[in-house]
Amino acid sequence: MLSNEAQPAIALRHASSRNYWAISLRRLLRKKVGVACLTIILLMYGSGVLASMVTPYGYNDQDLSITKQGPSISHPFGTDRLGRDILTRIIYGLRTTVIITVVTLVTGSLALGITMGLLAGYFGKWIDTLVMRVGEVTSAFPEIFLVLIIISTLKPPITDWVRGIEETVGIDIIRLGVVDYFVLSLALAIFSWFGMARLVRGQVLQARENQYVEAARAIGASTPRILTKHVLPNVMGPVIVMVSAGLAGVAGSEIFLSFLGIGIQPPTPSLGLMIFQNGSISVLRSDPHLLLFPVLTLSLLLFTFNLLGDAVNDAFNPRAR
Amino acid sequence: MGTYVIRRLAWLPVILLIISFITFVMGRFGPGDPIEIRAGQYNNEESIERIREQRGLNDNIFVQYGRYLKNVTRGDFGDSIALPGRTVGELLKKKMWVSAQLNIAALFLSVSIGIPLGLFAALRQGTFWDTSTVAFTLLGQSIPVFLTAPLLLLVFASWLDILPTHDWGGLFSTHTILPAIVMGVPGIAIITRLTRASTLEVISQDYIRTARSKGLSETTVQRRHVLRNAMIPVITMLGFSLAGIAFTSFIVERYFGIPGIGDLFISSIFARDYPIINAIVIIGTTMFVLANLIVDLIYPWLDPRIRLGGAHAE
Repeated sequence: MLSNEAQPAIALRHASSRNYWAISLRRLLRKKVGVACLTIILLMYGSGVLASMVTPYGYNDQDLSITKQGPSISHPFGTDRLGRDILTRIIYGLRTTVIITVVTLVTGSLALGITMGLLAGYFGKWIDTLVMRVGEVTSAFPEIFLVLIIISTLKPPITDWVRGIEETVGIDIIRLGVVDYFVLSLALAIFSWFGMARLVRGQVLQARENQYVEAARAIGASTPRILTKHVLPNVMGPVIVMVSAGLAGVAGSEIFLSFLGIGIQPPTPSLGLMIFQNGSISVLRSDPHLLLFPVLTLSLLLFTFNLLGDAVNDAFNPRAR
Repeated sequence: MGTYVIRRLAWLPVILLIISFITFVMGRFGPGDPIEIRAGQYNNEESIERIREQRGLNDNIFVQYGRYLKNVTRGDFGDSIALPGRTVGELLKKKMWVSAQLNIAALFLSVSIGIPLGLFAALRQGTFWDTSTVAFTLLGQSIPVFLTAPLLLLVFASWLDILPTHDWGGLFSTHTILPAIVMGVPGIAIITRLTRASTLEVISQDYIRTARSKGLSETTVQRRHVLRNAMIPVITMLGFSLAGIAFTSFIVERYFGIPGIGDLFISSIFARDYPIINAIVIIGTTMFVLANLIVDLIYPWLDPRIRLGGAHAE
C-alpha cells in the first residue's frame, strides 16, 4: 500500500529533476526579451571571439590618409585619429570583454566561489568559520580602492616575470595583452567569489539535510562524490541566476578600470580605453562619432546583460515566479 | 542593543588593521620608487639615501607600520611624497569637501525627485502615469554614466553653450549642474523604483485598511501610515550612498575635470604616493563600516518590530 503510493511520486520527481535544465531553458526561450538578449549577447560575444574573421581590418591597421572620417560604407562607424577602423576596434574591444568576463566568472565565482561554498556548507565547523570570516572582511570595505591598488602593484612584477619566460621560450606573449587580462581577472576574482560562496553554502546547508544525501552516505559514497553528484546539481539553479546577474558587473568593472587608465593598456583594444581616449569635450565638438559609437555599444551590452539577468532569474528560479 | 553596537564597533579596528596593513605593505614593496620619482633631476644615490633615512624608510616594515599607525591615531596621515610640503590631511580635506558637495547635490536631486515620483506612481498603479514612470526608471538605471555625461555635455555645453564643460566652482555655481544631473539620474531611478515597490506593498496591508476605515483623512493615512513604513528600504539605500558621500564617481570627475578625491586617488596611484593612498583607504573603509552600522540603527526606529542582535535567519 505504502510502496504503491510512493512509487509514482518518486518517478515524477526523478523526471522533473532530469528535465530541470530543459524546462528552465524552454521557459527562457519562450520569452521574447530573453531570446532577444541572448541573440544580442551571442552576436557580440561571437564577433568578439571570431574578431579576425568578422572584420577585414586589423585593430592596429593605420591609414593616415583617412583620419577621423565619419561613418561610410567601407568604415561603418568611421575611423579614429590614426585612421583605424572604429568598428574593428570595437569588435576587438568586445573580445577583451569576453575574455575578462569569462575568465573572472570561471575562476572567481565558479571555481573559487562554489568550492569554498561547498566546503563551508558541507563540513561546517572551523572551515565554515574561516571562509565566512575571510569573505566578510573582503566585503566590509569599498573594494574598488583595493582593486586599483592590487592591479597597479601586481602588474609590473608579473610583467617582468612573463618577460623572463618570453626570452626563454621566444614567443611574444606580452604584446597579446595576456598580462593585462590575467592581472585584471585576478583582482576582480578576489572580490567576486564571496557572494557565490555564501549562496552555495546556504543551499548546501539545506541540501545536506535531505534523505538522499544521507542515503548516499549510508551506501558508502565518498565525500567528493556526494558533493559533486548529489549536492552540486541541486544548487546549480541559483548559481546560474547569480552568474548571469554578475555579468554586467564584471564587464562594467573592466571598462571602468580601463577608463581610469589602470586596466587594459594600449595597443590592446578595450571599450573603456576607447572611451577614455576620446572622452573630452574637444573630441565631442569636432568628431562625436569617436566617442559615441563605443559608448553606445557599451550601453547596449550592459543593458542586455541586465535584462538577461532578470529573464534568467524568472526562468531558472522556481521561487521567483 | 548596546552590546550589539559594541560588537559591531569592535569589528571596525580589526577590519581597519587588516586593510591598512595590506595597503601599507603593497605600497612599500610595490613597483616604482616614489622617492626616485620625487628626486627627479637631483637623482643621485646620496640624496635618495638621505630622504630615505629622513623618512625612516630603511627600518623594518613592522616598525614602519607601527609608527604609521601611531601617527594615524593622532590624526596625522603624514606628508605627501609627490606633492612636497603638503600634508596628506590638508590635501584630503580639500578634495573630500569638493566630492562631498557634488554628492550632496546629486543626493538632493535623487531624493527630492525620486521619493515623490515613486509615491505618485504607486498611488496610481496601473495607469499610464505609473507605466511611464516605470519605463523611465528602467531607462535611467541602465544608461551608464559613460553615455549620459557625453550626451549632456554635447547638448548643454557644446550645442546650446549655456553651461561650463569642466572645472569646479563650489556647490552653488553653474559648474555643479551637469555633473550633479549625471550622478543623480541613476539615483533618481533607483529611489523611485524602491519607493514605488515598498509603497505598493504597504498599501495592501491590513493596518492601512484599518486606518482608512476608522475615518482618517487620506492625507493622514498617506503621510503617517504609508510613507513612514514605505521609507525603510529607501533609508537603507540612502545609508549606503552616505557611506560614499566623500568619494565621488571616478567617471564623473574625469569627464568634467573636477578636482575631487577620485582624481587625487588615481594620480596618487600613478605617482605611487602611498601616504595618500593609505589615508584614503583607511578613511573610506571607516565611513563604509560606520554607515552600515547607522543604517542598522535606523531600522528599529522606523519599524519597532525589528530587533537588533537577535537570531539571524541564516
